[in-house]
Amino acid sequence: MILPRRFCGWLTAAATLLASSVAAAADIPAAERRSGYEFMGRETRAMQDDDAANPGMLSVLDGEALWRRAEGPAGKSCASCHGEAHASMRSVAARYPAFDTARGRPVDLEGRINLCRTERQEGPALAYESRELLALTAYVAYQSRGQPIAVAEDPKTRPFLAAGREIFERRQGQLNLSCAQCHDDNWGQRLAGVPIPQAHPTGYPVYRLEWQSLGSLQRRLRNCFVGMRAEPYPNDAPEIVELELYLAWRARGLPIETPAVRP
Amino acid sequence: MTARALISVPPKTKRGEVVEIKALISHPMESGYRVGPNGTRIPRDIIREFACTYNGEEIFRAELSPAIAANPFLSFCTIATESGTLAFRWSGDNGFAATETAEITVE
Repeated sequence: MILPRRFCGWLTAAATLLASSVAAAADIPAAERRSGYEFMGRETRAMQDDDAANPGMLSVLDGEALWRRAEGPAGKSCASCHGEAHASMRSVAARYPAFDTARGRPVDLEGRINLCRTERQEGPALAYESRELLALTAYVAYQSRGQPIAVAEDPKTRPFLAAGREIFERRQGQLNLSCAQCHDDNWGQRLAGVPIPQAHPTGYPVYRLEWQSLGSLQRRLRNCFVGMRAEPYPNDAPEIVELELYLAWRARGLPIETPAVRP
Repeated sequence: MTARALISVPPKTKRGEVVEIKALISHPMESGYRVGPNGTRIPRDIIREFACTYNGEEIFRAELSPAIAANPFLSFCTIATESGTLAFRWSGDNGFAATETAEITVE
């Protein structure tokens, strides 16, 4: 993969900026927790605010059609079990990633949809980043718009939260950076003119203008890993779900914005 | 999946009022200049033309180019003259064609 020159410039700036901040800052206090929305420009905010202009809404409409479509040999649709999503799926996305007893570890929303797909509808799992999986995830998460993120913090999830935090704070990659160095210690600063947000997963799947499409949190995280020149985790790796869980816990209280627009 | 469109028209308005119409459609708008992972050029696949008619009379037309982003969003204004139907039509490469209608009530 060839990195655009602009991106390499960022990384040099990142290395210079972060070399000076060795001491790890504490967690961001609740009063200072801010969604990535607040770091965006006026035009991008307007695009997210207007459902008639937000391209993510096209996927939400696709997701609604998929919700009602019967799939697999069982001939069941999501609606056959869950009924109307606006009632049954309200606030659900705000609790994800959630602990799955059968698997003994947390699963994210995409993972849960695929579990339903393989175990209940008895069909093949949807591919990660496929239009169908993104649309269904967006439709389910859209039902929680405005609800505060509230993942469970209990004896079952605590070891996974700790593992996610460890990944967030561990220096990795050829640039020897951790997620925390940018997003805990230096949020609000600029990297080559681009504001560093606090990295709260409030609006996933997001419509990213750079991607010209909707994309998952896992895709966004892989972007960061590649940016640090670290090896990205594969789709649905246990580590990336732990990181997603920690990020959701770190963003607790912030409202869900799905489908958000990001530059 | 077929193309999905989102139309925004004020459902009720007064005669003579200027109304804003917004039309968003899902389309990859593949420019034809990008190279795929196998090194060959990805063929162009874009919407070429958009037109809107108000009770059969054309009120807005746009020609789209490869430089326009995916899922093109167009917004324009017209004067509400009478109640009726706004019809939207997109057409493009590979026989792409999509239509959508919206009703407007003028009091």
